[in-house]
Amino acid sequence: MSNKFIWTKKDLLGLEYLSAEEINHILYTAASFKEVTTRQIKKVPVLRGKTVVNLFYEPSTRTRTSFELAAKRLSADVINIAVESSSVRKGETLIDTGRNIEALKIDIIVVRHSASGAPNILARSVRSSVVNAGDGWHEHPTQALLDIFTLKEKLGRIEGLKVSIIGDIAHSRVARSNIWGFIKLGAKVTVCAPEKLIPVGIEQTGVHVTNDINEALEDADAINVLRMQFERDSKLAFPSALEYFKQYGITSDRIKKCKKNIVVMHPGPINRGVEMSSEVADGANSVILEQVTNGIAVRMAVLYLVALAKKPTSSLPAKVENM
Amino acid sequence: MELKEKTKLMDKDAIERALERIAHEIVERVKSIDDIAVIGIKNRGAYLGRRLAEKLAQICGKRPDVGALDITLYRDDLTQVAEQPVVHATEIDFIIDDKKVILVDDVLFTGRTIRCALDALIDFGRPAAIQLAVLIDRGHRELPIRADYVGKNVPTSLKEVVEVRLEESDGKDEVVICEKLDEQ
Amino acid sequence: MRYLIKGGRVVDPVSKIDDTSDILIDGNRIAKVAKDLNEKCDTEINAKGKIVIPGLVDMHSHLREPGREDEETIATGTRAALRGGFTTIACMPNTEPPIDSPEMVRKLSGIIKRDAACHVAMVGAITLKRTGRKVAAFSGMKKEGVVAVSDDGSSVEKASIMLQALRAARKSGLLVIDHCEDPKMSAGGVMNKGFISTKMGLRGIPAEAESTFVKRDIELAKKARAKIHIAHVSCAKSIELIRKAKKARLPVTAETAPHYFSLTEDCCVSYDTNTKMNPPLRTKADVEFIKEALADGTIDVIATDHAPHTDAEKDVEFDFAPFGIIGFETALSLCVMELLDKGVLSWPDLVMKLSTNPAKILGCCGGSLKKGSPADITVIDPEKEYVYTKELVESKSKNSPFIGWRLKGKAIDVFVGGVLAMKDEEIMV
Repeated sequence: MSNKFIWTKKDLLGLEYLSAEEINHILYTAASFKEVTTRQIKKVPVLRGKTVVNLFYEPSTRTRTSFELAAKRLSADVINIAVESSSVRKGETLIDTGRNIEALKIDIIVVRHSASGAPNILARSVRSSVVNAGDGWHEHPTQALLDIFTLKEKLGRIEGLKVSIIGDIAHSRVARSNIWGFIKLGAKVTVCAPEKLIPVGIEQTGVHVTNDINEALEDADAINVLRMQFERDSKLAFPSALEYFKQYGITSDRIKKCKKNIVVMHPGPINRGVEMSSEVADGANSVILEQVTNGIAVRMAVLYLVALAKKPTSSLPAKVENM
Repeated sequence: MELKEKTKLMDKDAIERALERIAHEIVERVKSIDDIAVIGIKNRGAYLGRRLAEKLAQICGKRPDVGALDITLYRDDLTQVAEQPVVHATEIDFIIDDKKVILVDDVLFTGRTIRCALDALIDFGRPAAIQLAVLIDRGHRELPIRADYVGKNVPTSLKEVVEVRLEESDGKDEVVICEKLDEQ
Repeated sequence: MRYLIKGGRVVDPVSKIDDTSDILIDGNRIAKVAKDLNEKCDTEINAKGKIVIPGLVDMHSHLREPGREDEETIATGTRAALRGGFTTIACMPNTEPPIDSPEMVRKLSGIIKRDAACHVAMVGAITLKRTGRKVAAFSGMKKEGVVAVSDDGSSVEKASIMLQALRAARKSGLLVIDHCEDPKMSAGGVMNKGFISTKMGLRGIPAEAESTFVKRDIELAKKARAKIHIAHVSCAKSIELIRKAKKARLPVTAETAPHYFSLTEDCCVSYDTNTKMNPPLRTKADVEFIKEALADGTIDVIATDHAPHTDAEKDVEFDFAPFGIIGFETALSLCVMELLDKGVLSWPDLVMKLSTNPAKILGCCGGSLKKGSPADITVIDPEKEYVYTKELVESKSKNSPFIGWRLKGKAIDVFVGGVLAMKDEEIMV
């Protein structure tokens, strides 16, 4: 167990920036917090007097609620700030907003943003901890951590498992964080999507790439099925949601041909009848609701770790320098 | 911080005997083993708690409920300690309401750990009573807390450290007093 | 005034000198270049241990005036250029409003006469308002003094308009400086397309967005029999096309910028918006290609593409930041470190790329130390090391990815038309 490990990072920006040891430490801590969430009194005083700000530039009820609940269960105070998001810059810049929030003497900023890298920029500009709650197509680290946590809880290990991520890989931050996390912990990861939804160079992360759903399902110990957003990014690749469902949708017929105990995950919200059928979503292999439950424990662990990080070190890749 | 081992306070037998005596004292003071729950404070208190429960089982023919408590989340020094403590899981899979909880720890010193443990226990329910059993009481209390059952009272100086070593965590059973060497 | 520059290593590829020599400046001209001159002079410059070369010529910069004086002005931009050792700079017409008519050129020319600290060569727009729809009045702009035309910042998307522009440029005797970018392929992109953009979750600009237009415009230039200069070449694919065109003896020239041989796309991973430029930083392989192309002459010119933006504009999310970095003050050091020290170019080669060739291509003064030439001279300390800090930046904007770098090689004294405009690193004008 990783109980000799000492956490030092003030921010959680992405799983790309973490070591396997650090990821395991979060998972270990999350397991301890999961016990707290099963108590009658689901609250511990560890972050009493600390303030968490949910700074959301994109609407998200689920992730925000999960972070809010996690913070409250740690006895932190929570403020939610929703900012109208637009690619046209007007009004206050992200950095100014961050510094103004920090001037309110808060401790953690949980940020969701449509622009990739916004949390990295924010983390550079404030002394408070910054937790990435999803940025553009870049990363959604707490989602991947809860996916990994749930799978580890189900199957007892990650190393050596065959995990397939199915859906719009190109435009998915969940996919990227999942890839980093699972690869670092030694899983064999396959990504599966229509050609146009596979981002260039993704195989350099160490994943196997396929356009064939049957190949992705064969021998898989677990699948993580991504939400398809035909109204947004995915529309180029496929003419219609129905056509996608025919070719890539996870149906009970397809699941029947898989390993008996295949674990079916989905980050939610599900488009029933697009990427997954209702039968599968509600079926015996699905752990979708457990993922939601585990999300709170994982986020409690993350908030605890970053808020009380000792000897805080930068969580960022260094700015380019020749010295 | 460097430590120099000074005196051996207890060996394996002494620890065994102390636990056995505490078990007998507990039995004398309760009506039924069913009323008791033993909860050890992680890490070494949890091992001692489990051993104490075994002793109680030998005396009463029935094992009481045993749990382990991690008090990290209730500590009052989290922002001051040099290294971030690891949060371990608390394992209390029974109801503590109306039980007489025997809280077990290895060393009673300032009393702050026990204060944390009391706060934590209250979050689990409303026990009928909480009693404290410790292997060593070394004095220097900073809070109005005292132990109900003590394996050994040891007067110490603040320059000393009492180390309880247990087979479960350290490979052998013993209690030693060490001295902090002055940091150069 | 008479100045005597004594004891420096004089490098002038035009007069084929690379030797210790003295230079006498009389008025605005170079009077003599010879060893051990003992002429009477007003001021003697001790150039021992220094390199004395024709003043640097930057054929690609953005001075922002008129319209964006918050970013840079003719006054601040030309002083930043002096600091970098430049005596002539060409400024691109993407101001607000753009330099797309004889009237605008006249207005700009007035500002330059009033404020400039070095020579400024003006570039007019190819199309009106730089929208790619209607070709601007080239001959009128030429009469007012432009030396070239460019829609730099954007390409001319329609091939038919580009062809028309190239023909008009030939008739007016103007050079077309070509920003090559297929806007359909680069749409929404913010960095090089590849694994790095994938992992960062950013939209990529493929190398082909540049090279397809390089290909198209070389063909169009051939058809129009016009001279074309390919701006800011960033990738191997473009280089191959230019190399082929040169072999076929087409009148094609090309430039790259120091950042394209000093940095790669890997620098973007910090989401530092000072690594965001257009064309984007490419791969290590592209950098090697560029160095090779500089060495073999495929790339004729090193130009800065000095593109000032304020902190307020750059201190934003990567997606929202404008493209471009400042470049006057770091160009020479980067050339010394990346090209000279690494054996890619010799001093005479470098003088060709930074002075002789751009002066020749633009048809403006400078580029040589021949007797009788205008006294545009730069004295360089090739060994001087310094840390480039924000406080040192002369330009009005500070958007450089090289802030914090230890740099080597610096301009010490600069003569512009016989005037000692920078002396011992102090700007005198």
